[in-house]
Order: sequence, then structure tokens, then C-alpha cells
Amino acid sequence: MMVAISIGAVTVPLGDVWRIVLHHLTGAGPVGDPATDQIVWNFRAPRVVLAALVGAGLAVSGVVLQAVVSNPLADPTVLGFSYGASLGAVLVITATGTALGGLGASTAAFLGALTAGALVFLLGQRRGRLAPTRLVLSGVAVGYVFLSATSFLQLQATPNELRTVMFWMLGSVAGAQWSQLPTVSAVVLTTTVVLTLFGRRLNVLLAGDESATALGVDVNRLRAVLLVLSSLLTGTVIAVAGGIGFVGLMIPHLVRLAIGADHRKLLPVTALLGANYLVIVDLLSRTLNRPNELPLGILTALLGAPFFLWLLRHNKGLDTG
Amino acid sequence: MKLTIDRLHITLDRQPILRDVTLEADKGDIVGLVGPNGSGKSTLLRAVYRSLRPTRGVVRVGGDDVWALSPRAAARRAAAVLQDSTGNTTGLSVTEIVSLGRSPHHGLLDRDGAEDHRAVAEAIDRCGVRPLADRDFASLSGGERQRVLLARALAQHPELLVLDELTNHLDIRARFELLDLIRATGITTLAVLHDLDLAARLCDRLIVLHEGTVITAGPVLEVLTPAILHDVFGVRAGTDRHPDGVVRITYAAEPLAPKPGARTADASSQR
Repeated sequence: MMVAISIGAVTVPLGDVWRIVLHHLTGAGPVGDPATDQIVWNFRAPRVVLAALVGAGLAVSGVVLQAVVSNPLADPTVLGFSYGASLGAVLVITATGTALGGLGASTAAFLGALTAGALVFLLGQRRGRLAPTRLVLSGVAVGYVFLSATSFLQLQATPNELRTVMFWMLGSVAGAQWSQLPTVSAVVLTTTVVLTLFGRRLNVLLAGDESATALGVDVNRLRAVLLVLSSLLTGTVIAVAGGIGFVGLMIPHLVRLAIGADHRKLLPVTALLGANYLVIVDLLSRTLNRPNELPLGILTALLGAPFFLWLLRHNKGLDTG
Repeated sequence: MKLTIDRLHITLDRQPILRDVTLEADKGDIVGLVGPNGSGKSTLLRAVYRSLRPTRGVVRVGGDDVWALSPRAAARRAAAVLQDSTGNTTGLSVTEIVSLGRSPHHGLLDRDGAEDHRAVAEAIDRCGVRPLADRDFASLSGGERQRVLLARALAQHPELLVLDELTNHLDIRARFELLDLIRATGITTLAVLHDLDLAARLCDRLIVLHEGTVITAGPVLEVLTPAILHDVFGVRAGTDRHPDGVVRITYAAEPLAPKPGARTADASSQR
């Protein structure tokens, strides 16, 4: 993370970064050049921290959603959460012309993701029980509805708005501010810890619904709790960073291939890898094409997918399931 | 632990699936549940492992109504091995699968303790799956999987085993191995079995279920009569106890009897 803070349009020596961060955290040591301090503490540091939180949040939701609907393809996008968030953000951007990262767009995105979550939750029930297949199908359908509404709004948008919309939908942490971090980190850390505590029950869920019931798990209630927690988590991170794909789908699989599917280990490791991955991707997004920035969503898949495919070829475990 | 099912009714989508089912299994008994497809066997099991709430009637395990117990408390008494197709166990090792059996013994904040490791190791050894302990569960053969699932059930330290078609799709040796394993546990068992020969071998008593009601119950030879085989299962066959003590079913050269429709007067007279 320190390296990621030091590199950017202006490269700050690693030693200076340490000194500045230490100064702000402990109040000790010299501040040094105010311009460098400004870059490191007010622009880069919150951005790197936010990237880590968003990466962790998306990856953790991916793990949980895959278990909840017992489908390896599930992630916040497939279940419609991301499209709900997009619609919320696009509504605000096109209605008000708000700039990226504006509080209005974030709030609307958060509400959009939760609305999508609630719809999927309601439509995913059969005889009062949440059915995995129905959940996935409802998620896909809800996603399409939100997507077409979003597309319609995009057609109506001015070119300037459209650029903002595109950038938002492909994801970015460029607008990071310290003021956002307490809320986001509280949500990401709390839900990750709580979900890890649910690790044993998530494992039981893998045995199938009937078997899980016989193992003492109230499957329906567990699904409901997990769905609420993961839509809260996804809504929070998408609201501040936009629709970043791939992380929620692939990072969980990568970690599963490496350490297995025991959620008590899988969840914390996935959170860490997701965090690191997005910090690296964000670093690349602002250095590859200096001084312009690339949206995160473009890079996450472009970099991650080939590696994932390579790993898949060298592992036979996935085919036997 | 004793299992008592008392005047159980289950209705699904306004369709009566089970009607007035009463049965008992004493401590250590192996009770077989037999009957044609759709007779309500699996539904009856679901009421026992607390997956389906009875419309009327009670299921008691060890004297307590399972629906008055918490899900975890019920799972500490009764363990089940089921034909469950909804799961996705990719990436879980055999040991991790067997460890799932410990989950009813733990709340959210508990970690695995020495007792859990002991219970898991014991169950693995008992079912002879020690050599598979680190394998991915998804990579096992059908017979190996069933042994692992039985180990998971034993790790639960249950006082009642509920088994749904445990020996389906297994080769003949694997079937007999599983039957021996279950007998050796000494745990009260309620088992749904399609294969009548296996049911006759394994069970102390059989219960014949047909269209949601108990047609007859009792020792194997008293239950698998030519009349029942004819009226309930729609086959012509005879049963007899061989000198080695095993009850065998001999099917007629032309085994197909008229297909059983609604319960015949003949069958009800057997009750």
C-alpha cells in the first residue's frame, strides 16, 4: 500500500511516504514539503485505502453470494445489485449533472443496490422459501430491467453527462476522500467479520438444503441474513466506487483453488486478496496512461481474466463438482 | 434413543402426502421404510429431520417433539444422510465434510475444540475413509461419498440415524459394506430402502408405506408377504427364511402383477 501511495503522476520517495503517513497517524516527526504532504495524505492515501476496502467488499460479497445461491457464477453483477446501483447513480447524474463522486450519486447508487437486493429477495421465494435457482434467475431478470432503464437514460444524456456515467459504471476510486472512509470501512470490516463468523454455516450450506437442515441450520433464515448482509456490503462499496466487475466473481474462485472452500479461511483470505488486487489495479489505472486515468472495471478483467484462465487450466478440481 | 411418530398428517399444496402415520422405533432398532415411488417415504423422513412441519401429529425423538426443539438441538439428536442434489461441495475435503457434522454442537462464536477433532477422527476411522481424508470430496466415487456422508452423520454423535436410499447407485460390495457399518453403530435407524432384499437383510422391522398411509408394520417375514408384494408393489413373489437366517425374496417367472391403483380391500385387510 505504501508503494501504491508513492507512485503516481508525481512520484514521492517511499521514505517520504512513510514519514508523512506516520506523522498523520501519530503526530510525530516532520511534515516536510506541504505540496507532497497534500498529494500523499489528501489524494493518494484515502484513494489507496478506499481501493483496498472496495476490493475486499466486492470479493467477500462474491464468496457469500456464490454460497447463498449455490452457483459458482454468482456475483454482485449477476444478482442485479450492480445494475441497481448504476441506475441510481445514472438517475442522479443525468438529472442534476452532478460530478463524479458526488454524495447524491453515491446515495442513489446505494439505494439502487438495496432496491435490487430487496426485489431479488422478494422474487426469489417459492412457497415462502428462498430457492437458489429462482434467486439467480430473479437477479438476472431484475438486472436486465435496471440495465435497460439505465441505457434509456444514457441515450437521453448530454455527452458530458455520458462520460461521467460511463466512468462511473466502469468504476473508479479517484474521488476518494477521508470523509467517506469511516462509513465504508465500518461496513466492510463489520460485515466481513460477521460473515466469517457465519463461516461454519456457510460450509454447511454447501452440503445442500436438505442436508443443511438435518445439520441444524435454518436454511431459509440463513439465506435471508446472508442476502441482507451481502447487499448492504455491495451497496456500500459500489456506491463509492461504481460498478467494478470481475473482483466479486474471480477472486473467490482464485482463493478456493488455492486454499479450498472452508469459509472460515476462505472469507478472510478472499478479503485480503481482493483488497490487494484492487490496490494494484488502481495503481495501474493511474500510471499506465499518465496523466489520464483508466476506469478500474476495464483493468480488473483485462489483467485478472488471463491469469484466472491459466490457473483453471492447471487445476482439475473445478470440473468434478 | 426412541423414535415415535404419532398420527402424522402432512399436506403439501393441498395434496395430502401422509395420512395418519403412526410408527415407533425402539432404542437400537433398525427400522426400514419401504413402499413404491411416491408413497411418501422421503416426506416422512423430512418430518423427522425437521425439514417439513407436520400439518397434524407429532414426531418425537427421545421423548421430545422435534418441532419444539431448536434446529441445532434437533440435529444433535438425529442425523441424516440424504439424496441431496442442491449442494455444491467443490473444494471441500473429506475431513471438512465430516467436520460439518460438528456444526450442530456450535454457536456462531465457538471454535473447533479437541472434542470436535476426536469426533471427526473417530467417525473417519469407523467408516474406513482415513485414506481419503485429504481428498476433495467431489472427486470421490459414489460408494466413497456415501461412506463419507455416513461419517459426517456419525460425527454429529446422533442418537437416531435417518437414511434416504443410502445404497442407491452403489455396486453390490459397497452396499453390503455400508449395511455392516450401519449395523455396527448400534444407533437407532430409520432407513428408506428401495431394494427389498437389502431392506430384509438390514432391518429388524419393516414399515410398508403406500399412498401416504402405513399398510403394515412388523418383522420382515410378517411384512413382506406375497399379498403385500402383490397389492402394494405390484409384483408376484414369495419370501422365505433360508437356513442361514436371511430372508430372501423370490420373484415369479412372470413377476408383473396388475399395477396397484388405489388401495385395494385386500391390502387394507392386512393391517
